[in-house]
Amino acid sequence: MTAAVPAALPASLAANRRLDRWVRFLPDGTVAVRSGKVELGQGIASALAQIAADELDVAYSRIRMIPADTAESPDEGITAGSMSVEQSGSALRQACAEVRYELLEAAADLLDVHPMDLDVEDGTVRAPTGKTLNYWQLAEKADLGRAADGRARPKSVDSLRLVGRPLPRLDIAAKVSGAAFVHDLELPGMLHGRVVRPPSYRARLVSLVAEPVRAMPGVAALVREGRFLGVVAQREEQAIHAMQALAKHAGWEEQADLPNVEAVPQFLRSARAQTETLCATGGRPADAPSLSACYSRPYLFHGSIGPACAVAWWRDGRLQVWSHSQSIRPLRRDLAIALGVDEESILVHHAEGAGCYGHNGADDAALDAALLARAVPGSPVRVQWMREDEFGWEPLGPAMAAKVEGWLDDSGKLAAWRCELWSNRHIMRPGRDANPNLLAAWHLDRGFEPPAPIDVPFESGGTSHRNIVPKYDIPRLEIVHHVLQDIPLRTSTLRSIGCYLNHFAIESFMDELALSAGVDPVEFRLRHLPDPRERAVIEAAAKKAGWDTLRSAARGNAARGTGIGFGRYKNTAAIAAVIAEVEVAATVRVLRFVAAVDCGRVVNPDGVANQIEGGVVQAASWTLKEQVRFDRTRITSRTWEDYPILSFSEAPAVEVVLIDRPEEPSFGVGEVVAGQTAAAIANAVHDALGVRVRDLPLTRERLVALINGS
Amino acid sequence: MTADTVSFRVNGVQHLLALPPETPLLYILRNDLKLKGTRFGCGLGQCGACTVLVDGRSVQSCDVPLWSVAGKSVTTVEGLGGAGRLHPLQQAILDEQAAQCGYCLNGVLMSAAALLAENRHPTEAQIRAGLDRNLCRCGTHARIVRAIQRAAKALAEAGAP
Ligand code: FES
Ligand code: FES
Repeated sequence: MTAAVPAALPASLAANRRLDRWVRFLPDGTVAVRSGKVELGQGIASALAQIAADELDVAYSRIRMIPADTAESPDEGITAGSMSVEQSGSALRQACAEVRYELLEAAADLLDVHPMDLDVEDGTVRAPTGKTLNYWQLAEKADLGRAADGRARPKSVDSLRLVGRPLPRLDIAAKVSGAAFVHDLELPGMLHGRVVRPPSYRARLVSLVAEPVRAMPGVAALVREGRFLGVVAQREEQAIHAMQALAKHAGWEEQADLPNVEAVPQFLRSARAQTETLCATGGRPADAPSLSACYSRPYLFHGSIGPACAVAWWRDGRLQVWSHSQSIRPLRRDLAIALGVDEESILVHHAEGAGCYGHNGADDAALDAALLARAVPGSPVRVQWMREDEFGWEPLGPAMAAKVEGWLDDSGKLAAWRCELWSNRHIMRPGRDANPNLLAAWHLDRGFEPPAPIDVPFESGGTSHRNIVPKYDIPRLEIVHHVLQDIPLRTSTLRSIGCYLNHFAIESFMDELALSAGVDPVEFRLRHLPDPRERAVIEAAAKKAGWDTLRSAARGNAARGTGIGFGRYKNTAAIAAVIAEVEVAATVRVLRFVAAVDCGRVVNPDGVANQIEGGVVQAASWTLKEQVRFDRTRITSRTWEDYPILSFSEAPAVEVVLIDRPEEPSFGVGEVVAGQTAAAIANAVHDALGVRVRDLPLTRERLVALINGS
Repeated sequence: MTADTVSFRVNGVQHLLALPPETPLLYILRNDLKLKGTRFGCGLGQCGACTVLVDGRSVQSCDVPLWSVAGKSVTTVEGLGGAGRLHPLQQAILDEQAAQCGYCLNGVLMSAAALLAENRHPTEAQIRAGLDRNLCRCGTHARIVRAIQRAAKALAEAGAP
């Protein structure tokens, strides 16, 4: 179908208009689809394949998602913020609609019929006469190199056959039977590199005896540039031995400049800050608030099971890098600055990594590999961080604190709300500053300074302050952000960014207010929510969980409790409610989670459920167990023993209820449940014990201290 | 470290390797035999990403020196199903779509294979306990457990020995 008036192109397509940049027909009867978004373990490649197959009218199994690179793929910035289906999905849908249109025009010409009279099935175009041509034949005739113009319209919702169905992911078979990740890449003559990091962030290298290490078996090169130290060896275990030996021969001077890990909220609230008022409506009431409370989250690890890894290869002055970065073009830019070479001389290929939950060490490992490979031109070098490197140096999810005050009116409704947030800005990604945002760059002789972090502007959804404004109807609001200026530990974006603390604080406080008003927490939330879609999500969760029965059954049972958390991502995107049922004995154990979600049109219900289940379980792990530990000088959580996460015996099942809205735009779901999950657990614990945990994690020690203190 | 010659089987194939006896099995599998399905996660025996079977028992290959497998038989995920076929456990992972990033899965599969070899009808709690040496960061636990239950059922129905 075409329209006389061209539609505005989706932003990603407007920036990359050539149709054959997105879609190409390969001689083996498959369709190569390129997106600028990358697979992070979230299943995005399969969701995009599903959209493309549907729009083109070819079988899902014919779609080959091509890994992104800096030369050929559409430039879609970074893969983050649960935006891939929204951005790449809509671009791809439009591009495919235009490709299909061109192919049908060509077919109509050749078959001498009107394009409206053609039928398409799995890439075969059939005329009423019975004559057929296929896309692969037609692709040679059609002008697929043209720029998208917005004239062809994507299919209407009711004619989609694949979108909305739980198709299996394309990538899992490979992942359960052999090589699949950048970690598994094997290039001819590949050597292995390891980096010797300083023992702490600001340690100075004062002595180094390199000679004995140079003589170790297999060692091909030692690299020292400033306080960046590394080794290259023939074999991987030789590189590890050489790295360990070099570490022993390096002397460092360290500074005790980290905050007290036992008093992180106090540190945040007293640190140097610039204060910004994010919103102020209706004026602050003159009287004292009905209730006020302070909440906090600790520093968290991404803790991917596969540490950061990259392969770099210098040949004839040109560099190729394979990286599991979320942003290959910004990475290329910062690599060029750090290495002092032309951006054009670098080609970055995306290759999948282990689960990516935000800005981790992937980009850093790419620079490590490039620096080490430069010492052995002609030979590819693979660098994988050791577990201790990953925990010592990956950017942490920032610690944050919030103070919330609430005023209830006589009818038990919220009259006013005030919140103060203490957090540094979160985004420390590469690609936007004169100084590279890559770890090793800060350790080189040239001594690039780490750039200051940024946030997405508050008006555009925010980052540290994302979801700091409650979604509820409250006449008077005041929200203040104390933007911390000194950042003693390296931080950047972790899944759900500010929402983890912000939703935790809002949803815990809503519970406190409901109880003080003597109203059921579900009912209290509904009283402040006019939006029917939002109400429907809470109601669906409560129904599925059996909220009313659970709450009354738990009454009088000190060991069991039920709690809810609700929120809408960015207050405009996916809506989610989480209910937790807990049992408190020696530890807090979640027996069951229910999550209800409305993310607009669902592309793949099983894919959405998978992301929600994973998001809830990961957030439960943060909430119940996790905190990065450090002394005044060093990070001391360096192995899984020092940083336990939820085990198979502890991870609860998550029952997901999806509310499909086929007429509404699709929203991503990777980050939409974290704070709700934390609040649901804390609220359930309060329901069981009458004790309120406001500082995370919600460990046994914290609970015991609270019980004894009260 | 000097190189000794060590002979052992991997996925049914005999190998003779002259390498220092302390060399961790993980790197031999990945880099010498190019069996990349066995993965590095911690190198400390804490995460299970490197789990393989040695004479049917699950072990963390990052923590297994070459000398200790002399004369033994190692199975990696590449050898789990046999030539070109998926093992019922692998098939069950696909059927349940029990993956997010999938990095943990090969280790999980090997632990599960050892478990099912010992206990053909494990309860859910036994499956979970059997996987407690494997970490999954993506939160895929419940689906993985379901997949193993499905595989156990399939194996029982097929009357596997
Ligand atoms: S890599 Fe062997 S247990 Fe983690
Ligand atoms: S699926 Fe990613 S670690 Fe398990």
